[in-house]
Amino acid sequence: MIKVFERPKSLTDKPFHYCPGCTHGIVHRLVAEVMDELNIRERTVGVAPVGCAVFAYEYFNCDMQEAAHGRAPAVATGIKRVLPDCVVFTYQGDGDLAAIGTAEIVHAATRGENITTVFINNAIYGMTGGQMAPTTLIGQVTATTPYGRDKDRAGYPVRMSEMLATLEGSAYIERVSVHDIKHITQAKKAVKKAFETQLAGKGFSMVEVLSTCPTNWGMTPAEALKWLETNMIPYYPLGVKKEVE
Amino acid sequence: MAIKDKLSGNEAVAIAMRQIDPDVVAAFPITPSTEVPQYFSQFVANGQVHTEFVAVESEHSAMSACIGAEAAGARTMTATSSQGLALMWEMLYIAASLHLPIVMSVINRALSGPINIHNDHSDSMGARDSGWIQLYCEDNQEAYDNLIQAVRIAEHKDVQLPVMVCFDGFITSHAVENIELIEDEKVKAFVGEYKPGYHLLNKDNPIALGPLDMPAFYFEHKRAQAECMQNAKKVIMEVAQEFEKLTGRKYGFFEEYRMDDAEVAVVVLNSTAGTAKTVVNELRDQGIKAGLIKPRVFRPFPFEEIGKALSGLKAVAVMDKAESFSTAGGPLFAEIRSAMFDYAKDTKAINYIYGLGGRDVRADEIKLVYQDLIDIARTGQVKSTFNYLGIRE
Repeated sequence: MIKVFERPKSLTDKPFHYCPGCTHGIVHRLVAEVMDELNIRERTVGVAPVGCAVFAYEYFNCDMQEAAHGRAPAVATGIKRVLPDCVVFTYQGDGDLAAIGTAEIVHAATRGENITTVFINNAIYGMTGGQMAPTTLIGQVTATTPYGRDKDRAGYPVRMSEMLATLEGSAYIERVSVHDIKHITQAKKAVKKAFETQLAGKGFSMVEVLSTCPTNWGMTPAEALKWLETNMIPYYPLGVKKEVE
Repeated sequence: MAIKDKLSGNEAVAIAMRQIDPDVVAAFPITPSTEVPQYFSQFVANGQVHTEFVAVESEHSAMSACIGAEAAGARTMTATSSQGLALMWEMLYIAASLHLPIVMSVINRALSGPINIHNDHSDSMGARDSGWIQLYCEDNQEAYDNLIQAVRIAEHKDVQLPVMVCFDGFITSHAVENIELIEDEKVKAFVGEYKPGYHLLNKDNPIALGPLDMPAFYFEHKRAQAECMQNAKKVIMEVAQEFEKLTGRKYGFFEEYRMDDAEVAVVVLNSTAGTAKTVVNELRDQGIKAGLIKPRVFRPFPFEEIGKALSGLKAVAVMDKAESFSTAGGPLFAEIRSAMFDYAKDTKAINYIYGLGGRDVRADEIKLVYQDLIDIARTGQVKSTFNYLGIRE
């Protein structure tokens, strides 16, 4: 019998702890498949965030380091500077990257650190139980905005990819989604391109992945995918925001 | 008439905050304190308080926003845990040195690393020298009562210092217990209207806050800060007496449990005191003269009072839910033993570090501590001063 499908070598056998319908699992798989295809697993170091993906070090079958909340890009900087021939990536959610760690991601990109960031944007703080994040959409109901996010009180959602694309040190920034097969395929291409950008030594690369949080959005997995498509994509347009040749 | 309810510690302090109705709350979620600002944000959304609620992007900014708000003359509160408190470190010292009476719930959780979300006291113990008053709480009732008293203590004109009210993550923050709440109007009357000692844009007294302070004056300013901490001792007792008149619940620097004729005693903070009291009762039933001291006020440290309370005992065990890595015991032990040097020289003292990272501490383990004390009392010999409880060696 010919084996046509298997678990990527870059994932461990550990079952994911993620909620049903959460798209973290898909993105983990995409990153692992890319690591396999580029044959870089043995020289890759991942930096895990604080947030729902805090256990990323349990799932990626490469060396991993746990960073304090938001500090992954700075920790990755240290690793990459010492081990320039290694591939270093961070895997961060929006509470980690777009809130408490805004300074670290901005300045890693500003310095043009030759690292790759996978940024999961699900428009909410997942692990702490669904509070408003900087990425929460106007009108979106969360635990701390029970009548919806009010721009007058809580300001506007932040578009990290567009912001980071303005920085000279950013070499490749793309926003993708994983709400259907077509977009998952595109997302994988973007992740691969980001790692290739690092391998080519071009500078900072990031893929922002629009993701779902059915538990904290209060939806079924199918509803959550639909909600992402109809609500998040109009505010967070997909596509390449920056690419250095 | 007191209101009887069943609440978690987090619900209780969120309700206290609703009753206090502060002008500003700035907070960032962190387990296990997340619920406090979350419940409170719902009071804001429902118009039950007039508070300006700021969902900032980090605790670093939460405490900075609190400093700005308090400096602008607003009664300001927040809540955090563990890494959140650690991220506030820089600002904790600034809040205290600027004499800004911010009140913060600290829901005690172990510090990274390794990362852990469960209870110990490494977070607030690390902040013990930041210049904040620290109150510790055994249960939801004490968390609620201390938070209300904290506002009065912090804002007293002779104190003007920030206060952290510390209680145990998950054990107290999430467990639901019976509680007696005070009526809203009585809480409001108790805390009163906030009249800041000084604030920005006061036309009668223009000020600059936090300017460069060189060797010529920095030392005097630190000395003045210590004086406020000294004054806090008197104010803490005055506020407690007034609170007792209101509620019938008595608070002091520490609780003495069955200490009258005690020969051996454990000193322990927060929820573990509840477990240890059941052990004391059991030992008392067997005719053993066991007692317990539960410190409520750790900053300022009641040096003389606690030293005297331990004099005449044969042996004392101080239990620390934090490792100081001094190799000479935990932080509570160091200070208690220092007080005993002046006031209870003849009492033998040992230290047990326990429960780090949320390791459960059971009554049978606390019994081992008392057994150790009983042996010391009988023989006069201390086999080991620095000990760990409930650990694989």
